[in-house]
Amino acid sequence: MPENRYEKAPRPGQGHYVAAPEDVKVGVVDAVSTDEAPSSMWREAWREMSHRPLFWVSVAMILVVIVVALVPGLFTSQLPRQGCSLANSLLPPSGEHFFGTDKNGCDIYTRTLFGAKASVLVGLLTTAFVVVIGTVIGAVAGYYGGWLDTILSRLTDIFFAVPFVLAAIVILSIVPSRSALAVALVLASFGWTTIARITRGAVLSVKNNEFVTASKALGMSRAAILWRHVLPNSAAPIIVYSTVALGTFIVAEATLTFLGIGLDPSTVSWGGDLSAGRSSIRTNAEIMFYPAAALAFTVLGFIMLGDVVRDALDPKARKR
Amino acid sequence: MTTTITLTDGSTEDAPVPAEKRDDSSPLLDIKDLRISFTTATGTVEAVRGVDLTVYPGQSVAIVGESGSGKSTTAHAIIDLLPGTGKVTGGSITFGGRELVGLKRREVEDLRGREIGLVPQDPMSNLNPVWRIGTQIDEALVANGFQGSKAERTARVAELLGEAGLPDAARRARQFPHEFSGGMRQRALIAIGLASRPKLLIADEPTSALDVTVQKKILDHLEGLTAELGTAVLFITHDLGLAAERAEHLVVMYKGKVVESGPALQILKDPQHEYTKRLVASAPSLASRRIQSAHARGTEAEDLLAEHADESATAAPDVVVAKDLTKVFHIRGSRPGAHTDFTAVDSIDFALPKGRTLALVGESGSGKSTAANMVLGLLEPTSGTVQFDGKDVATMSAKEQFALRRRVQPVFQNPYGSLDPTYSIFRSIEEPLALHRVGDRKSREKRVRELLDMVSLPQATMRRFPNELSGGQRQRIAIARALALKPEVLVLDEAVSALDVLVQAQILTLLNDLQAELGLSFLFITHDLAVVRQIADLVAVMKDGRIVEHATTDEVFDNPQQEYTRDLLAAIPGASLEIGA
Repeated sequence: MPENRYEKAPRPGQGHYVAAPEDVKVGVVDAVSTDEAPSSMWREAWREMSHRPLFWVSVAMILVVIVVALVPGLFTSQLPRQGCSLANSLLPPSGEHFFGTDKNGCDIYTRTLFGAKASVLVGLLTTAFVVVIGTVIGAVAGYYGGWLDTILSRLTDIFFAVPFVLAAIVILSIVPSRSALAVALVLASFGWTTIARITRGAVLSVKNNEFVTASKALGMSRAAILWRHVLPNSAAPIIVYSTVALGTFIVAEATLTFLGIGLDPSTVSWGGDLSAGRSSIRTNAEIMFYPAAALAFTVLGFIMLGDVVRDALDPKARKR
Repeated sequence: MTTTITLTDGSTEDAPVPAEKRDDSSPLLDIKDLRISFTTATGTVEAVRGVDLTVYPGQSVAIVGESGSGKSTTAHAIIDLLPGTGKVTGGSITFGGRELVGLKRREVEDLRGREIGLVPQDPMSNLNPVWRIGTQIDEALVANGFQGSKAERTARVAELLGEAGLPDAARRARQFPHEFSGGMRQRALIAIGLASRPKLLIADEPTSALDVTVQKKILDHLEGLTAELGTAVLFITHDLGLAAERAEHLVVMYKGKVVESGPALQILKDPQHEYTKRLVASAPSLASRRIQSAHARGTEAEDLLAEHADESATAAPDVVVAKDLTKVFHIRGSRPGAHTDFTAVDSIDFALPKGRTLALVGESGSGKSTAANMVLGLLEPTSGTVQFDGKDVATMSAKEQFALRRRVQPVFQNPYGSLDPTYSIFRSIEEPLALHRVGDRKSREKRVRELLDMVSLPQATMRRFPNELSGGQRQRIAIARALALKPEVLVLDEAVSALDVLVQAQILTLLNDLQAELGLSFLFITHDLAVVRQIADLVAVMKDGRIVEHATTDEVFDNPQQEYTRDLLAAIPGASLEIGA
């Protein structure tokens, strides 16, 4: 190092400059703000979401669907099979039949309202099953690792490799009753793989955090660490995926029912009505429009909600 | 900001001056009243608020500041590489008489690399892992208009790598980044930065990710190389010692403003602004230098040293004793059964006396953290023993081991990873108490308040969540949590390494106070010898899994026995500075 470097007189523009003390205030290093309300990760996510119009739109859509599914009687005085008469077959919309009537002379408006229950029920049940199965398998595989991980991951791969619709057709064609519960179980038994993979990845990234090591150093058991620290910190991607998945399971149920292998024909459902309307698609396409629109409305609600939730929970999208 | 002396010189240059006519007396780079803003969801944030900066040809200038001071933002604005929504909102940047603010994208691209080179911060992520090193340097040559055949370019690439200090450069050029160590990658990045002989090289924390001895070698080499080529260097760094050692002119930034600038030695010896004063007082490299020179004069720098209750460091009984401690990891091979053994810790012995601090010092891969994890009981030793109060931990029953957990607690490096983000501060600190069934809910809350007082945080902090706290505050919480069960030993694994110097100094002071107050023993794991000088009584220097030197701190610093220890000491930035006064 040249010895004389520091001896040279400063050049123009490089003289000793000191900012005025009042210009840059040096505060107490690292003061804690004590005035603001405390805010957890979840509260911040909520604050972020509640400022998004899309959040409220999707919540409103989902609420409408759920209310209709729970008490369709609020919106119509008729029952889906009541007053069906071939004499009323294929009537155009009128004051009595808002959406007109289908081939069997049933009121399409009433049937669309009553169809919500099946879709919502199958969607919620499937999602619940999928979350439980997928989270348990993914968390155990990711957290304990080793041979357990090898076995569970291969198992996930095998289920993932089975063509979903094909498997559903085979199983549903042999089950005695095709109730909402049965359909949900079949959907869930092949739909849990993605959640298992997501959970495994999330758990893997969380389990090497220093707060996990600190808990080990406290003498906490592995199961307790998984339950109290690792799973809560892996919840965000699971929640995001399940919101979107709920929508796709509703579509899957409608698809299977449309193909005639989903819900029993005796259950009023959008998929079933779509299937029934298929025969008159060339002459009265609007019959299929109403259940299809209801289906799209419901699925859109869940997918949009998933989008907002993802934005709010994704740490990369959030400003520190 | 008010006017500076720069105006007398810089403002006269309106017309571009041809390069060959320019001489060393006019600035190469002149930044005036630079303002940079970022647009966020909550509004505009001004990250740089009126910065002035002058660099002359062939000169080295350093911008010093903590994280968030705007130092990197300023440097990146020069070559229009502001991230995200960043925008220059005011002021001017003149380079060789040419205004850079508002240049077209093509014009800036022509400037980058050719006129102004950049050595980025992280050598791990700044090389494309799927391309050979040579290809990436070749790409830089082509992009900057190097005329020549393929063979000529290949020869040039080897020449550049050799120049950056890589032996056997022609063969190295055909290797991939993963075959390079961190230091070698940084050399490759320097080769890229200097490929087209720029007039100015921006070095953004070029060595902060590297071990200290590697850092020193690379900076020495860079200094020689740029002096030879006549390249001006703009260093961006958080380390005042490093800046003062490597640059003649310093610019100290704080919260987007220049608080002080001037000749490096003058700032070190006679800091004027409150912030600079604190920085000079806190920088570990400088502090350790002062302690050392005070020590050499036969006095003690009382204000800087840890409080030693009494000088007889050997008189205290040993709390933790490691005997012949060894850890061998099996590295899985390409096929089952084909594994190799890696000895991370190789039969080391050390003893931690009660109420003292033992520092385990070493570079990455030296086995220091592995040793710490064995003391914490997180790893089982392959052979050898860890004794606690004379009792072998391995022979204890599960119940005794659980009880032992209360007596040894860790504090880790990463302030963002050491607290569960879903737990409130109260729950985080209370967890150890609840787990070990200490007291009832009410007494536990009292203890949490007590602990927060102990680490100098307001009691109201307990209702907050980790994401609301700064790095230093989180580290305080981690310390409070570790202290909850009234342990006798704290294992501090790089506990202050990730913090800004001022915060680091505060935490070190806190640790010193707690040790004096509670009679704690610290096992202090660090790569930074400068910090060791401030806190440790005893030092064990580790290299490749072995302890190469184990003595009191004074002995190690005054009279290092091993070549490696001497290298480490010489590598502390600022070691060559004469600031004993």
